[in-house]
Amino acid sequence: MQTSRTFVKRTRAGAVVKVVREHYLRDDIPCGAAACRRCPLRPDAPAPSLETQPGGAASSLCPGPHYLLPDTNVLLHQIDILEDPVIKNVVVLQTVLQELRNRSIPVYKRIRDVIQTPEKHFYSFTNEHHRETYIEQKKGETSNDRNDRAIRVAVKWYSEHLKKIEDEEKIQVIFLTNDRINKEKALEEGITAYTCEEYIKSLVANPELVDRLACVSDEGKEIESGKVIFPEHIPLSKLQQGIKSGNYLQGTYRASRDNYLEATVWVHGDAEEKEIIIQGLKHLNRAVHEDIVAVELLPKGEWVSLSSVVLQDDGQNEDDIETEEEKENILKTSVSKDMLRPTGKVVGIIKRNWRPLCGMLSKSEIKEARRHLFTPADRRIPRIRIETRQADKLEGQRIIVAIDGWPRNSRYPNGHFVKNLGSAGDKETETEVLLLEHDVPHQPFSQAVLSCLPKMPWSITEQDMKHREDLRHLCICSVDPPGCTDIDDALHCREIENGNIEVGVHIADVSHFIRPGNALDEESVKRGTTVYLCEKRIDMVPELLSSNLCSLRSDVDRLAFSCIWEMNHKAEILKTRFTKSVIKSKASLTYAEAQMRIDSATMNDDITTSLRKLNKLAKIMKKRRIDNGALTLSSPEVRFHMDSETHDPIDLQTKELKETNSMVEEFMLLANISVAQKIHSEFPEFALLRKHPAPPPSNYDILVKAAKSKNLEIKTDSAKALAESLDKAESPTFPYLNTLLRILTTRCMMQAVYFCSGMDNDFHHYGLASPIYTHFTSPIRRYADIIVHRLLAVAIGADDTYPELRDKHKIADMCKNLNYRHKMAQYAQRASVAFHTQLFFKSKGVVNEDAYILFVRKNAIVVLIPKYGLEGTVFFEEKGKPTPRLDYNNEVPSLTVEDTTLCVFDKVKVNIMLDASNIQHQKIQMVLVEPKIRGNDVPANLSTETSSNNEPEKKKRKLRK
Amino acid sequence: KRGLYRKRRGLYREGLLSDDGFRLDGRRPREIRSLRMRLGLFPRADGSAYIEQGNTKVVALVYGPREVRGPRSRSAPDQAVLRCRFSLAPFSGPERRRPRGGEGRGSDLALRLQQSLEAAVLTHLYPRSQIDVYSDGSHCCTGTTAAALAVLDAGIPLRDVVCAGSAALAEGTALTDPNGAEEAAVGPGLALALLPASGLLALVQLSARVPCERLEPVMEAAADGCRELHRALDRELRRSLRERHGEV
Repeated sequence: MQTSRTFVKRTRAGAVVKVVREHYLRDDIPCGAAACRRCPLRPDAPAPSLETQPGGAASSLCPGPHYLLPDTNVLLHQIDILEDPVIKNVVVLQTVLQELRNRSIPVYKRIRDVIQTPEKHFYSFTNEHHRETYIEQKKGETSNDRNDRAIRVAVKWYSEHLKKIEDEEKIQVIFLTNDRINKEKALEEGITAYTCEEYIKSLVANPELVDRLACVSDEGKEIESGKVIFPEHIPLSKLQQGIKSGNYLQGTYRASRDNYLEATVWVHGDAEEKEIIIQGLKHLNRAVHEDIVAVELLPKGEWVSLSSVVLQDDGQNEDDIETEEEKENILKTSVSKDMLRPTGKVVGIIKRNWRPLCGMLSKSEIKEARRHLFTPADRRIPRIRIETRQADKLEGQRIIVAIDGWPRNSRYPNGHFVKNLGSAGDKETETEVLLLEHDVPHQPFSQAVLSCLPKMPWSITEQDMKHREDLRHLCICSVDPPGCTDIDDALHCREIENGNIEVGVHIADVSHFIRPGNALDEESVKRGTTVYLCEKRIDMVPELLSSNLCSLRSDVDRLAFSCIWEMNHKAEILKTRFTKSVIKSKASLTYAEAQMRIDSATMNDDITTSLRKLNKLAKIMKKRRIDNGALTLSSPEVRFHMDSETHDPIDLQTKELKETNSMVEEFMLLANISVAQKIHSEFPEFALLRKHPAPPPSNYDILVKAAKSKNLEIKTDSAKALAESLDKAESPTFPYLNTLLRILTTRCMMQAVYFCSGMDNDFHHYGLASPIYTHFTSPIRRYADIIVHRLLAVAIGADDTYPELRDKHKIADMCKNLNYRHKMAQYAQRASVAFHTQLFFKSKGVVNEDAYILFVRKNAIVVLIPKYGLEGTVFFEEKGKPTPRLDYNNEVPSLTVEDTTLCVFDKVKVNIMLDASNIQHQKIQMVLVEPKIRGNDVPANLSTETSSNNEPEKKKRKLRK
Repeated sequence: KRGLYRKRRGLYREGLLSDDGFRLDGRRPREIRSLRMRLGLFPRADGSAYIEQGNTKVVALVYGPREVRGPRSRSAPDQAVLRCRFSLAPFSGPERRRPRGGEGRGSDLALRLQQSLEAAVLTHLYPRSQIDVYSDGSHCCTGTTAAALAVLDAGIPLRDVVCAGSAALAEGTALTDPNGAEEAAVGPGLALALLPASGLLALVQLSARVPCERLEPVMEAAADGCRELHRALDRELRRSLRERHGEV
């Protein structure tokens, strides 16, 4: 059954060690063809995935039925095409997969997903362990050549093997390779081989695929044509030597948003210089934002400082190298000596971090041209040259493009078209774009995931009740914002015999439905959180769970995880108990409804009295928490009133907070803290907790200075001092000042993060002034809560554990992903609000509003408009206009424009309008109206004049009158 | 030390099991390594055996039963005394190592060997005597099996040939008879000595943390390996006996 072959392998760094590994060759590996009767099939093996009658695209090169067998480079570069549903029946060799894994993990994962999709009919053939396809490395042969030969041997074996199938039509195997030498050798050996391009172009029925071909030119040909613009990249092995010896520095490349000729590199590790400036096209040397690069420092004489010049790359012509040099010279002028910072040049790329990019096509001016430039939405990414025949169709559309390479003689990187998202400015398209740009997984749930859901109609079984308490008799109710369908928390409160109060927080038992390790679990951990956009919600778990089975709706039996305290009337906890339970909520209220019940004297039913008790306790708890130094911060939150038909925003409103909001919040905090204590005491090594680090004192500088300008003192030495001084900081003439100060404080804060208790020793939550904290109360929308639920369930013996739950490295990795997803979800939310604000102002025209100055910058002020909770920047420099005299004072902070001085917290009036001159980057533009600035006259009543006028060009002209 | 740790994590990530269900060396999860064995290599010993399991090579020698040497207090009135020694050859690992003192009689490995053998050897047939077992190899499981074969070769009656095997847990799947690379990646896991005919366990040892709910599949995998080993041994034994003595 098995033959053994031992061979000598690898030497480890340092000591040279001979490693002998066994390598079994087998004769029971099937070829995967459904028509094959010769290959032995194991009883438990899945059905062969290659079709008997290979369907898929008809090729003019090989009209007969055929299977494809690509080599590593084809898979690596042309994965976008291979993922297309048209391409079917592909054999992926183990050799290829192994090479792929070493070269690109993302592509490897993608191809693995494709192999697991049954409709694609991909088959991975373990050729390295097949008796007839295994080959040994010859003397003097590089491992690359050996792998190429192994692939050819496998192709040969396949074509001979398939010939033996007794069928009327013989199935051919087609070898796809872009390597010229490999192809020649294959043809010599009698293998049918094509390059990927030849094959795709032969698919006459699917011409659109050609656009998606990645244009990877042969390395050798590169230099022959055109002028060489960029210096050569140093090969990786030399880079590593250089980094070790300190000649080069390794870092992450960050392109500048405003200036395409400038970038910074953040050096990894603890080098002296953390940030290195790279300036000029040649020094940037084809690095793209987020790449890991190696940098060589320039001699001190050539150091520069970051210029504040805004430069947009708008050159259409490629040969304009001279003008580029002119532009580079602009950067270098007028720099004082002490501002010079370390400057370097990119000598090589350690790792490319290319991802598919959203953006738009800038059509070439030449008619019938196939090569066009693509402008990504992210300004930090250079424009990309793509080849397409459907430019007319793609103009004005948001499209996705992938970068393939950047040859030395090309001004721009080469790429290929991947997908069309829809026309720009369209609401669906823009939502899609912002989801993609923020890396939010938003595809509909796959069949595999949906199959993990419970079957409907669902009811609670005997089995479910095993470790559960029946709490259906309790008077439980939920309080949520209006229109909430994923209710994950409910409360109850009652007096018990000994005079104490029993308070219960009941959280939806999502971990009952999402079992560890299944497809549903994997999908939810990947999503990490539900993302709430203005008009839509990207669920973390399928709707059946989020809005039905897990949602603690009223008058239905639902599974819950309950946290029950016994408290005295001073709201001190006497006993804490956790249990899985079944509950039946008596009412789902909104905050307003609950508030109404508490306030109205006539209502005295069970729900109302328990709400009143809860409210009373919550007030005591809140006071105690604030006395301990918890911060009450403020950030303006906006809510859109949507048109029910068109889903266009018709009104903006800042969120209003009621007493009941803080009541619910108080009990959720308490539950989270109690659970955190429990799981940490039970599992000190791998509890998932949440911490909020204290900000470094320098973060508060801006706040302290701003308060000083209003003759107020803010103490920042501890959270408690900060909270107290914020409470005191009030001005009788300026009631909004306190809110402004709190908004500023929020900006000084650090980001709260999840972490694994075994990997960290600082647990403190600064904002809540709690020594320990976690997330337990929203498992429907946050994955962290599901893990906490599982931990708690194990702690109370209600559920089984599983190995990954107890692996602190796995938990820490998961925390990293969750933190990333939360951050991205937040950004996506903000982007969505910004987009809807734009839509809103598009319909409004120009609006004149009161605003407060939040920050003062060197050439601009940031203002906050309380009515909309909108923040915007007012610039005093404009293109094509004389720059006003600006005088910035860092001490107060204030900015003097001509004769007008603007201080932090000043009340001003601004005009708000939409600047749609750049269709990819529409933005809200603000212009100062009051106080008036000389030379910048703006009529205050502009809104009435131009409200019907939406064209920005005209607006601008009017402003300049 | 950090490098070693990294390497282990690396291998772990790399995946010990491919999507098609093959291990790094091409075996399926429940397959054991290839086996070779010979009996009676050393004419001066009463019994001897040599086993090769994959790249693990073990020699076992048996002297006895013979009179107890040394003080009489060492002997037992009703049974033979098994005295085991287990040593690792200096060239048995990837790097050459110095032989250390801790591997002799009474060491952990020797105790395991002794415990496993005591369950199989019919010691009560030889009161007041001793049997010396020397096992010399790189792996305790293979060492135990080899020792049992050597006892067999010495003509000492056994209840059964003790077959020892191990299993490791990789990403939720139990791997029977892990090789060196696999052990380095996930730890040795579970070692088990089985009397195949009766199904009795002579020894179970967990040397890595195995989650409770996974223990059973891991044990099953190890026992599977032992039974498979037994079949292979049986085949080899019959073949070698045929070679030596003609048809049995």
